[in-house]
Amino acid sequence: MNRYPVWKYAIIVIALLVGVIYTLPNFFGEAPAVQVSPGKPTIKVDSGTQTRIEQALAAAGIKPVSTEFENGSIKVRLVSEDVQLKAKDAIQKALVPDPNDASYVVALNLLSASPRWLSALRAAPMYLGLDLRGGVHFLLQVDMQAALSKKAESLAGDLRTTLREKNVRHGGIERNGQAIEVRFRDRQTLEAAKAVLADQFPDLQEVDAPEGSDFKLTATIKPEAARKVQEQALKQNMVTLHNRINELGVAEPVIQQQGLDRIVVELPGVQDTAKAKDILGRTATLEVRMVDESGEARAAELGSGPVPFGDEKFLERNGQAVVVKKQVILTGDNLTDAQPGFDNQTQEPAVHLTLDAKGSRIFKDVTRDNVGKRMAILLFEKGKGEVVTAPVIRSEIGGGRVQISGRMTTTEANDVALLLRAGSLAAPMEIIEEFTIGPTLGAENISKGFHSVAWGFAVICAFMAVYYMLFGLFSGLALAVNLLLLVAVLSMLQATLTLPGMAAMALALGMAIDSNVLINERVREELRNGASPQAAINAGYERAWGTIFDSNITTLIAGLALLAFGSGPVRGFAVVHVIGILTSMFSAVFFSRGLVNLWYGRKKKLKTVSIGTVWRPEPDGAITKAE
Amino acid sequence: MENALVFNIISLLTFAAAVFFLTTRGLHLSVEFTGGTVMEVGYAQAADVEKVRKTVSALGFADVQVQNFGTSRDVLIRLPAQKGVSAAQQSDKVFAALKADDPSVTGRRTEFVGPQVGEELATDGLKALAMVVAGIMIYLAFRFEWKFSVAAIIANLHDVVIILGFFAFFQWEFSLAVLAAVLAVLGYSVNESVVIFDRIRENFRRYRKLNTVQIIDNAITATMSRTIITHGSTQIMVLSMLLFGGPTLHYFALALTIGILFGIYSSVFVAAAIAMWLGIKREDLVKASGRKDEDPNDPNAGATV
Repeated sequence: MNRYPVWKYAIIVIALLVGVIYTLPNFFGEAPAVQVSPGKPTIKVDSGTQTRIEQALAAAGIKPVSTEFENGSIKVRLVSEDVQLKAKDAIQKALVPDPNDASYVVALNLLSASPRWLSALRAAPMYLGLDLRGGVHFLLQVDMQAALSKKAESLAGDLRTTLREKNVRHGGIERNGQAIEVRFRDRQTLEAAKAVLADQFPDLQEVDAPEGSDFKLTATIKPEAARKVQEQALKQNMVTLHNRINELGVAEPVIQQQGLDRIVVELPGVQDTAKAKDILGRTATLEVRMVDESGEARAAELGSGPVPFGDEKFLERNGQAVVVKKQVILTGDNLTDAQPGFDNQTQEPAVHLTLDAKGSRIFKDVTRDNVGKRMAILLFEKGKGEVVTAPVIRSEIGGGRVQISGRMTTTEANDVALLLRAGSLAAPMEIIEEFTIGPTLGAENISKGFHSVAWGFAVICAFMAVYYMLFGLFSGLALAVNLLLLVAVLSMLQATLTLPGMAAMALALGMAIDSNVLINERVREELRNGASPQAAINAGYERAWGTIFDSNITTLIAGLALLAFGSGPVRGFAVVHVIGILTSMFSAVFFSRGLVNLWYGRKKKLKTVSIGTVWRPEPDGAITKAE
Repeated sequence: MENALVFNIISLLTFAAAVFFLTTRGLHLSVEFTGGTVMEVGYAQAADVEKVRKTVSALGFADVQVQNFGTSRDVLIRLPAQKGVSAAQQSDKVFAALKADDPSVTGRRTEFVGPQVGEELATDGLKALAMVVAGIMIYLAFRFEWKFSVAAIIANLHDVVIILGFFAFFQWEFSLAVLAAVLAVLGYSVNESVVIFDRIRENFRRYRKLNTVQIIDNAITATMSRTIITHGSTQIMVLSMLLFGGPTLHYFALALTIGILFGIYSSVFVAAAIAMWLGIKREDLVKASGRKDEDPNDPNAGATV
């Protein structure tokens, strides 16, 4: 009865094998590396870049361990940390000649030092949380009310223009918070305006009420439209953050949405929080100016003459120089939206801009006077300007709806729209949570967590072996397997390991031994009741199983609740806790039974079992009780 | 079970004391819940806490707490949340001032939590607690009987209140990690009650001659050594955390220690006693049994391979 069929052993062997393979990378540690990734959305890292990096390193006399091209970035492994710094400088010099215009992000990083065959199996070490590796964590709250007010403002402007075009006479349009209030003299115009609203403003819903002798129409943004505005604002801010963080040279930044209006930013390895905050809090501005098309300016563009007085020279993203006038026609404040799309007639990719009322008026005048000339849209970030696009004006543009098209791919249209929005739309953000952990503290935390687990584990195993003899040894082995599987699963899931996670690991082991104690006590009890050793082992495992299952389920409920409602450190704890419970059911019951079966299963005439002292009842005690 | 009344009175007294300290002293909540800034800085030699306090107070922060953390070289500075001040800049300002005083100071860790986040964490914590309680009760009611689930939850909430009572009495810092520990303890000590209930159910099936009190006595005695050993093992792990985990895990481990110690007591003496007061009967448990026809003396009963 105490024999496992071959397939059960096969499962155990496979589980152990998988466990060992995925746990292994954690022992190899990490090797210093330099990571090169694109600094701008338009720049791609490719094999050409790789060749340039290799040449730069060769020129500096540095021999990299390997260079790998993976997921759009190049990682150069190096022998030591000294070489890592030198290599970073060499690559930086070769790829980024002008630090103010960084096309590539060159960052220090750590790569798993596990051998190639392990990486090929996608076995990677656990991802260490900020409290173990050091770094900065920010939680940013996006001001959605501001985003909605801005949208209402732009809609109010649109409404004003449209009503004028349709010759609907109103008594004033006002934005009151996120509502647009329009006054009318009589019911007829009110009805006309309502028709216009229904026809052209699908994002608005309106209610009207008489106000004295007048009528007041209050239009608000529909909930679904408001949701779209919020989603867009959040996405927008995340993109902007991405671009800015690239400048910090962080190898693996985490930028994630949390809830509906929050963004988590994690920058491993960054210590200079002041600079990080400065960069995150910066705003970009957008300006529209005319291109100077005089002969002098042309010469300046080609680099063969000085920039004329009253002009400035900026670079386009493809590196071409454009000389523009210093006079600013419009700023990003007048731009309310920018979306990629297609030209209605030619079906070419295009970018559609929406201007507010004031912007539309100015734009109409300027375009009327400048047909056939070029205008430039510039994006300024930290005082440095860049020409996003410089299209030719084909005709007078009124109504505040502008389309930029011609010689653009869909990707480019997306990028341009993004850049334009980045400069104008992003709703304000506020840091509402910040954690900084120094690198030495991180290393200390790792060793503390490790020691807690190691000592607790050792003492428990020693105790089990003394108290339950051979069965205790089996229990200890099962506990070791539990730890192995737990680490393997965490590595496989690439879960983030934090200090509370390590505490959960220790606690999971402390709780997992419970199952083995239950089994061992049950086996002893069966022996005490006079069962034969083989029967006692069998009954012990069978009877204990129900209890083990029940008790693990209740613990699992607590773990899942923590996972559902916890945030930050609690979540890290809960993940390990829950996985630990699941792996313990396998190791403590299935695996330890396998060991016991292997050892005792074939001995038909088994007389004794090594499970420590079994208290025997007096011969007259029919039912064994301690009383 | 003749001592059930005594134990229940002891429980009631401890519980009342815990509630008393909780209401009069309240919990010393960490910045995670209250909002504010915590900075941990390290000095090259033993730090002059008084001087640090003066430097920080000079910056115009009210209610500043400065204390040693772990070693004499490390100092923990707590700044409460201030309305209208860009709190994100607080830590930079303080650090600059400390650096001016003593250039050897290094920043080890900063935590800033805005007040709105703190409130959310508190409500989320309560939600988690409610969900754990509800989940466990439903499971136990389904798996055993409603009387057991009520007994188990009362016994274990009593543990939770006692842990909180300790934190209130000693004014230990109650952080998110401690909350996690409290919930883990809740799940863990319920599991203790489950083991005893399981045994009670089995005894009802096996020993038809015994009455309820005898059944419960037998179940407690039979599981006693297991209870002590498992709790001992878990306690070894927690103790190792308390000794080696450093100050970050200190209160977490402490909460677990109290929880485990009271968990033994409450499962054994409180849960079973309450179940008894609630009047559990053989019929409550045995009706849905699939194994009741088995011969209790057959050592191979229920065996499958």
